[in-house]
Amino acid sequence: MKQTETISYCAAILEGFTYLLEKHPDVFVIGQGLWSPWYVGSTMKDLDIRFGRDRIMDTPVSEDATTAIAAGASLCGYRAIMVHPRVDFMVLAANALVNQIAKWSHMLGGQSHPKVTIRAIVNRGGEQGAQHSQALHSWFAHIPGLRVVMPATALDARDLLIASVLCDDPVLYIDDRWCYEVEEPISAIDVTPLELQGPKVLRKGEDVTLVGSSFSTQLCLKAAGELLSHGISAEVIDLRVLNPIRYEVIRESVKKTGRLCVVDGSWRNCGMAGEIIAGVLESVHPSILLDSPRRITLPEAPAPSSKALEAEYYPSVGHILNEVLPWFRPSKSSEIYSEKGNSHETYL
Amino acid sequence: MTFHFPTLGDLANSEKYGEPIATHGVPSDRLLRQLEMMMLIRVTEEVIAEGVTAGIIHCPCHLAIGQEAVAVGVSENLTHTDRVFGGHRSHSHYLAQGGALYGLLAEVLGKESGCSKGMGGSMHLYDKASGFMGSVPIVAATVPLAVGAGLAAKKDNRGAVAVTYFGDGAAEEGVVHESMNFAAAFKLPVLFVCENNLFSSHLHIDLRQPSNSVARFAAAHEIPYQVVDGNDVVAVSEATERLVKRARDGEGPGFLEAVTYRWRGHVGPREDIDVGVQRKSDLPLWKRRDPIRRLAESLETLGAVDADWLERRWSAIRAKVTSVWEEAILAPYPQSSATLSRVYANGQLTGGIQA
Repeated sequence: MKQTETISYCAAILEGFTYLLEKHPDVFVIGQGLWSPWYVGSTMKDLDIRFGRDRIMDTPVSEDATTAIAAGASLCGYRAIMVHPRVDFMVLAANALVNQIAKWSHMLGGQSHPKVTIRAIVNRGGEQGAQHSQALHSWFAHIPGLRVVMPATALDARDLLIASVLCDDPVLYIDDRWCYEVEEPISAIDVTPLELQGPKVLRKGEDVTLVGSSFSTQLCLKAAGELLSHGISAEVIDLRVLNPIRYEVIRESVKKTGRLCVVDGSWRNCGMAGEIIAGVLESVHPSILLDSPRRITLPEAPAPSSKALEAEYYPSVGHILNEVLPWFRPSKSSEIYSEKGNSHETYL
Repeated sequence: MTFHFPTLGDLANSEKYGEPIATHGVPSDRLLRQLEMMMLIRVTEEVIAEGVTAGIIHCPCHLAIGQEAVAVGVSENLTHTDRVFGGHRSHSHYLAQGGALYGLLAEVLGKESGCSKGMGGSMHLYDKASGFMGSVPIVAATVPLAVGAGLAAKKDNRGAVAVTYFGDGAAEEGVVHESMNFAAAFKLPVLFVCENNLFSSHLHIDLRQPSNSVARFAAAHEIPYQVVDGNDVVAVSEATERLVKRARDGEGPGFLEAVTYRWRGHVGPREDIDVGVQRKSDLPLWKRRDPIRRLAESLETLGAVDADWLERRWSAIRAKVTSVWEEAILAPYPQSSATLSRVYANGQLTGGIQA
């Protein structure tokens, strides 16, 4: 029996949309499949019925134009939420995002700001293959002018959506279907402005700093639980906002633990994990490190379809333990993880 | 199988349409105002061309000399509460819509007092007060932005229209077709204005498309269109009036194809007669289709102006533009902090976040 009432990640997104549409008549939502639960799950259930199909617009199959249309409306007094039910298809709107939306303020002297939130959904697994499985946040976090937000917890899924939409800058808000069942005790909506938001310590620890975002953060939390059974105290930091990024919280944690492992569901080269390591290392003295930082990322290959390959492809709790436990072999951990068996799936 | 699409016919023939324009009873004072705006645009761009040649202007400048009638005829039917978007060649769109002359000249010089605070140069113009919502140089990029402005206008329900200027080259971009489909499907108040100057950079439309009339794409999307001599300000204005009225009345988008020709090269002050199909022989013929001279001759026939008046107006406009130009040259450049402070709306460096 539950001690307190909880809310799931996907229900929290729906609550965020409901709050925005109720409180802010200038907000509207546009994208493909918004009238169909098949595209966006229960995260937008019945919004079209409740708020009208003028405010919840289902659109032609035109990602590029529709993204820019949302931005254009946002230049004329509206706060638009553009939904890409699958982040892979958002690549078709790269010009709108990278060349127009992200640069609009700067190009025109800071006088005009697209108040548009682009919600993109990561929807992986299930043998969907290379074009239905991507996590492209590292690409977009590279672009100045585009705030990038990735909630890992239910309350963040709601509150960061609200903060994104109420921010006067363009924001890419990425949620992950693998997080949709994550539960959290219910609490009142927190409307802290997005520019004040940043990485957060979700679990305190002393021996190692684990950094993740979105589903990777959930992996870090699970791994921290496992590590504790080995006598290792892991601090877990959730990035939350990937651009512009704040390093203080991560840096202070690494100063304390001396060990950094970053987990990221995107690729390694020029990716978010490498960026976090670099951002921390360039601002601390190397002598504070007890070990070389590690990153756990996707293999340098598109997502495979076959279930057998897919199971090995994505970062897992097992991957994290395999990286972290050897650091503690002589001193803190009498047990070596690999001796317990190689299937990291048991930790998923 | 047969296709019934518009073709340009004589509109693309450099030897046609050289005579004075038909004024169709339009009051002389309005024609005079349009003439003076075209003269202002012409002189302003000539001054900018001289600035580029002299090495005072450093940003790429795409001049619309020869195409002035399109913007002036379109903006005749717009107000400052409409929303106008342009592209890389938008000095004329900006000025015709009422954008400040000083702001344009300071901007091409990269000055803080420019219309985009010196952050954009010639290719990124902005003048909110006049309804000029922005121009950027990625080809066709502002077409869907204007459709979004049209969506906002429809939601507002106050009769505003959104206008997007683009060229025949932009019609080759997929997003233009996505945008036209969307605007038509949702009956948005959007005017698509294609300035068909027959060239995309150096390449003639005959080498890029199977037909030279871009309006065929409007037909495909069931958007009412008008194809006009873009060097005839009255023809442009009358066609725009019909399309804009429909849009304001909630009847959906319209498409204007204005056939014209640029006298200078794709970018910069040169005439570029050494590039492109027949440009060397066509350019002198197209100069006989000068939209300014043709309107001036019509006004002379009406007795509204004479050669002496015209000469005095040219001198006065040149004196005015030169004076504003000299003022802009003296203006300060943006401060170093501008590079970082204009990325985010709160004006703080890196969005208020310190590493």
